[in-house]
Amino acid sequence: MSVLSVRDLVVEYGTTGGGVPAVRGVDLEVDRGEVLGLAGESGCGKSTIAGAILRLLPAKTKVTGQIELDGNDILELTPGKLRAVRWTAGSIVFQGAMHAMNPVQRIGDQIMEPIIVHGQSGEREARVRAGTLLEQVGLPTRRLNDYPHELSGGQKQRIMIAMALACSPSLIVADEPTTALDVMVQAQVLQLLRTLQHDLGLALLFITHDLSVLVEVADRLAIMYAGRIVEQGEAEAVFHSPAHPYTKALAAAFPAIGDMRFRGRPSGLGGDPPDPQQIPSGCPFHPRCAEVTPVCSSVTPELWTAGPARLAACVHASGAPALEGVSR
Amino acid sequence: MQTLDPTPSDPPVLVDETVDLIPPKSPRRIGWARRRRALSVFWKTYRRSRMGMVGLVMMILFILLAVFGPLFVPARNVSVAFAPGKPFQPPSLQWPLGTDNFGRSVLSLIVVGSRISLIVGFAATVVTMVLGAGIGIASGFYGGKTDTLLNALTNWFLVIPWIALAIVMASILGPTLLNIILIIGITSWAGTARLVRAQALTVKERPYVERARALGGGDLHTITHHILPNVMPVIFANTVLTVALSILAETTLSLLGLGDPNSISWGGIINEAFQAGALSAGYWWWIIPPGVMIVLVVLSFTMCGYALDEIINPRLRAR
Repeated sequence: MSVLSVRDLVVEYGTTGGGVPAVRGVDLEVDRGEVLGLAGESGCGKSTIAGAILRLLPAKTKVTGQIELDGNDILELTPGKLRAVRWTAGSIVFQGAMHAMNPVQRIGDQIMEPIIVHGQSGEREARVRAGTLLEQVGLPTRRLNDYPHELSGGQKQRIMIAMALACSPSLIVADEPTTALDVMVQAQVLQLLRTLQHDLGLALLFITHDLSVLVEVADRLAIMYAGRIVEQGEAEAVFHSPAHPYTKALAAAFPAIGDMRFRGRPSGLGGDPPDPQQIPSGCPFHPRCAEVTPVCSSVTPELWTAGPARLAACVHASGAPALEGVSR
Repeated sequence: MQTLDPTPSDPPVLVDETVDLIPPKSPRRIGWARRRRALSVFWKTYRRSRMGMVGLVMMILFILLAVFGPLFVPARNVSVAFAPGKPFQPPSLQWPLGTDNFGRSVLSLIVVGSRISLIVGFAATVVTMVLGAGIGIASGFYGGKTDTLLNALTNWFLVIPWIALAIVMASILGPTLLNIILIIGITSWAGTARLVRAQALTVKERPYVERARALGGGDLHTITHHILPNVMPVIFANTVLTVALSILAETTLSLLGLGDPNSISWGGIINEAFQAGALSAGYWWWIIPPGVMIVLVVLSFTMCGYALDEIINPRLRAR
């Protein structure tokens, strides 16, 4: 049974210049004990999805579709019920741990905070639980009495993970949890997340722009472009034999050391992601695509089958309907 | 999993040191133990500030003077009808600070007056802080229409000259001690509210406030646990300074003859001296001593205020 199921999610930010569609029809499914990686460039709507799952987006934002988290229809909940579901059904490891902590509260109190807010136990038990959580993320319990500024970046990120675990949620959304960390610490944090996820049987939605990170952590990958999922499938397969030209470009941006093909010419993707208020017609990726065909500007691709357990929104996908001038 | 702790050689300590110091019986007991420990840490830091210590010693002396001083003053020393000395006596051994127009001892008047001055200063500050912090936080945190409305109110109170408003209110409400306190509080919260609102605006955009929302905290929880503690340094530093300003405000009102005529305060003493022509007649002992007392009290609170600001903000302290 899936812990998180998102159906046809559309998110439109309200601005003075009209609505800005950040997410344009996304379906997601995360099962118990599964890690789903969500990747894409800045501004493709990844973090918006994270915010939508716990309804944390600004009040003016228009969210339609369906989000089912642990059996709760998130978009239909009353404010009181919503507060009860937040953190107990799904929690978030925030991007930028250094700012996601209250500088004037000891970290112990901050880890205990959700436990106390949800009335799961009294202060003493919550403190003991916070100590256990701290040990689970590899920090000594005496750190409970520290202030956030006394911790290093990696330690803070561990604390964020401990906080996310506090109420034993079924789903953890990790929104770029390793962005500001150096590679060594990043590897440790990733390993920690993976271990905890595996031991506790959590569902994990891992959001990042760094595909190489996702391959290490995720079971399945979903690649986003301009507010839509363009490719989805088993992580290793998506990374090593991408079906969508956008995924190919993303994967090629990480040179394999020792591989002759990458020598001397690290490849990148030209151009910028489209303005969400002026999405190109047809396939939104076609102006930047290396394999563009004449029909790409008129046919809007859906997620077609592109191999075993693989979906790709591209006219080149094997499951795509036959189109004039398109080779497979 | 290896730890990232920089000092792995430290002996492991239990979850909460208080647990092995005092075997706790109830959560409240733990809370108190923790508060006691936090207080001792606070005191250790405070003692390092020389300015803060000088200010604190002065403040304590003034508070002791206000609490116990009047007990040692014979009632007739400050009585108009049974004044013990001759009028307008310069300082002498018998009357260390001379006498006023009724022959009352100016020293005795100052000692008795300290009580009213400090009471008004503290009480008016409480009113100012509750109003200012409440309105400031509500305005900054809720934003939108609430903010527009409260901001307009704040601006109105900022723009209107407080002294004019205070004079009007004092003449309508009547010059009693409670009214003076309320008037000072109501006329001086706007600056605090403005300051607190600005701070609340920046604090509410911090990611930990979003985290508080994400973990299921309501508005009240977010305000009390995250907004208030983070605007507290501003409020606190402001509080101690506001005490000084409130004492000055009381002095001003008394000087204008709007003080409680039944009670003796420092401003009142200066007002009486002024009306009796002490300035032109050269009765300096009647005007300067209460003035110096006001300056010293204001100075002591200001010094404590700066020292507190340095301590309460943990990031400032770490430097």
